[in-house]
Amino acid sequence: MTAAVANSTAHSIVEASPRAKAVAGGLVILYAVITILPLLWIVATAFKSQSDAIAYPPKVIFEPTLEGYVNLFTVRTRQTPDFIAKLPPPETWYDKLVRQRDMVIAGPSKVVPRFVNSLIIGFGSTFLAVFLGTLAAYAFSRFRIPLADDLLFFILSTRMMPPVAVAIPIYLMYRQLNLTDTRLGMILLYTAVNVSLAVWLLKGFIDEIPREYEEAALVDGYTRLQALRKVVLPQAVTGIAATAIFCLIFSWNEYAFAVLLTSGEAQTMPPFIPFIIGEGGQDWPAVAAATTLFVVPIVLFTVLLRKHLLRGITFGAVRK
Amino acid sequence: MDQMTTILQPDHVTIAGMSEPAKSRAARRVRGLSDRAIAWLFVAPTIALLLAINIFPLVWMIRLSFTSLNLSMSYLPLRFVGLDNFTDILTDEDVWFRLQTTAQFVIWSVALQVVIGYGLALLINRQFRGHSFWTTIILLPMMLSPAVVGNFWTLLLQPQIGPFNSLISLFTGVPPSSFSMTGQVSLAPWTIVLVDTWMWAPYVMLICLAGLRSIPDYIYEAAEVDRASPWRQFWSITLPMTVPFLMLAVLFRAIENFKMFDMVNLLTSGGPGSTTELVSITLKRAAFEKWRTGYSSALAIILFVTVFGAANIYVKVLNKVKQR
Repeated sequence: MTAAVANSTAHSIVEASPRAKAVAGGLVILYAVITILPLLWIVATAFKSQSDAIAYPPKVIFEPTLEGYVNLFTVRTRQTPDFIAKLPPPETWYDKLVRQRDMVIAGPSKVVPRFVNSLIIGFGSTFLAVFLGTLAAYAFSRFRIPLADDLLFFILSTRMMPPVAVAIPIYLMYRQLNLTDTRLGMILLYTAVNVSLAVWLLKGFIDEIPREYEEAALVDGYTRLQALRKVVLPQAVTGIAATAIFCLIFSWNEYAFAVLLTSGEAQTMPPFIPFIIGEGGQDWPAVAAATTLFVVPIVLFTVLLRKHLLRGITFGAVRK
Repeated sequence: MDQMTTILQPDHVTIAGMSEPAKSRAARRVRGLSDRAIAWLFVAPTIALLLAINIFPLVWMIRLSFTSLNLSMSYLPLRFVGLDNFTDILTDEDVWFRLQTTAQFVIWSVALQVVIGYGLALLINRQFRGHSFWTTIILLPMMLSPAVVGNFWTLLLQPQIGPFNSLISLFTGVPPSSFSMTGQVSLAPWTIVLVDTWMWAPYVMLICLAGLRSIPDYIYEAAEVDRASPWRQFWSITLPMTVPFLMLAVLFRAIENFKMFDMVNLLTSGGPGSTTELVSITLKRAAFEKWRTGYSSALAIILFVTVFGAANIYVKVLNKVKQR
């Protein structure tokens, strides 16, 4: 900032000087590195053995192992060395790994069903929310709807309500309707939360598509619905995709409703991960492995979404 | 039904075949729904879903808030107690204490996020090489699941096996096992502020960055011509022009942190004692551990009204910064 005047001949007045840029870059990179360290620590912990994970002082350098991942996907029982010696030789690398710890694999863990629940509930609620949201957003964008501003506020305000407070009546209602701990119940609930974001975001995207295209199509004999399908939707594809990713991330990450309204059948990953228990408390390498697998899609989505992130977090109001 | 099937099969219609304006207008009137009908048809499902999942339960909850329903004793007949639940809550010192804890959490976390977020935005706005890559890295924490974040920070903050204490010890010389970020009454409130700031400072940064980029260059050019100092430029141009954006970020973070549940529930679950027991955690305990449904419905309604009021202000600011 201070150097702006001195360098005004070499640069545009408002552009920062090279030195100012270097200082800014250095500070930002320092912050980025510090902020990413906790995540890297978790990714590394997933490759630690149980004893390395709980070593004091904490180990930065360690011998990597896949034990954490094996433990995440299996249920094991401890056996005597004699018992293990009598068994036929291990068939797979993970059998071998487990037996080195005097254990035998007893079966698969619950992580796969929980992961599948996350996927089904995530994609189900995303599809429904984006479908309903697109229709409503189109109507709000193109037609005069009485009390449109009040309706839009109502739609948004439902999303801002404290989840624990919402969960109390939902719990009672779902008990009556036999929807507690069902995927359908969770899909409906997440759809209701996501549809508000979807309407606001998609309205922003559709507002940006010039009306002239549709009007031309209408003059050419298209009906409204045809114009929507053939003219508006193809142009809104990016917006719809971005909206879908935002909805998916919400459902994927959601914890409060999941922990209060599901216990087994429909449990998703977030309430499951903290309760991956080994012998004597949390099995940290397995928890870290689950966290890593759970977070990787989010990291990919963040990179994909980075141009639309701002819209997503401001309900479509701020675009650039 | 016939009408619907023709509408949904637009492939029969080609632009060339329908070029006569009169014919097409007639066709539209016959086969197409009126715009008004479509508008309602499109909005209705969303409103219906929200009425079913949000409003109907809410109304039911308002009714329950006037009863003494306790789900662990649901064999008792439903008894209406008038405003008793509300007076109980508003005269309960514990509840006021939780609200105070929540307010302190909101104020400190939002203040820190504003300082860090605005600072980062100012730095990133200098457009150094590679700024977009590093911005993406900085944004990662806010995209994660708060529950998962709360959970893995418990590992990072373990006094002995966690890296955080060792790192502090490296810089200060304090033995790592001599303090516990989540287990100590004096530190736990700061721990939830710290983790929340780690997660959400990027949120404030992103919105402030948009604010900074919305300021047209010519204003700074004019200020340069007038020989305004950089400090003066910041106070007279940059800050006032980014205030609406800052407001947006502050309001949203304040609302979100006021109802904070997931991250803190997993990081400290309100402890030690009740030093980090935010009001949402109190509500969860009343509703889902003590099963005091009548009482917790009343508390939930008090929270609803607060958030609803704040959301109203938020939407006003949102419409102010809206870019068309």
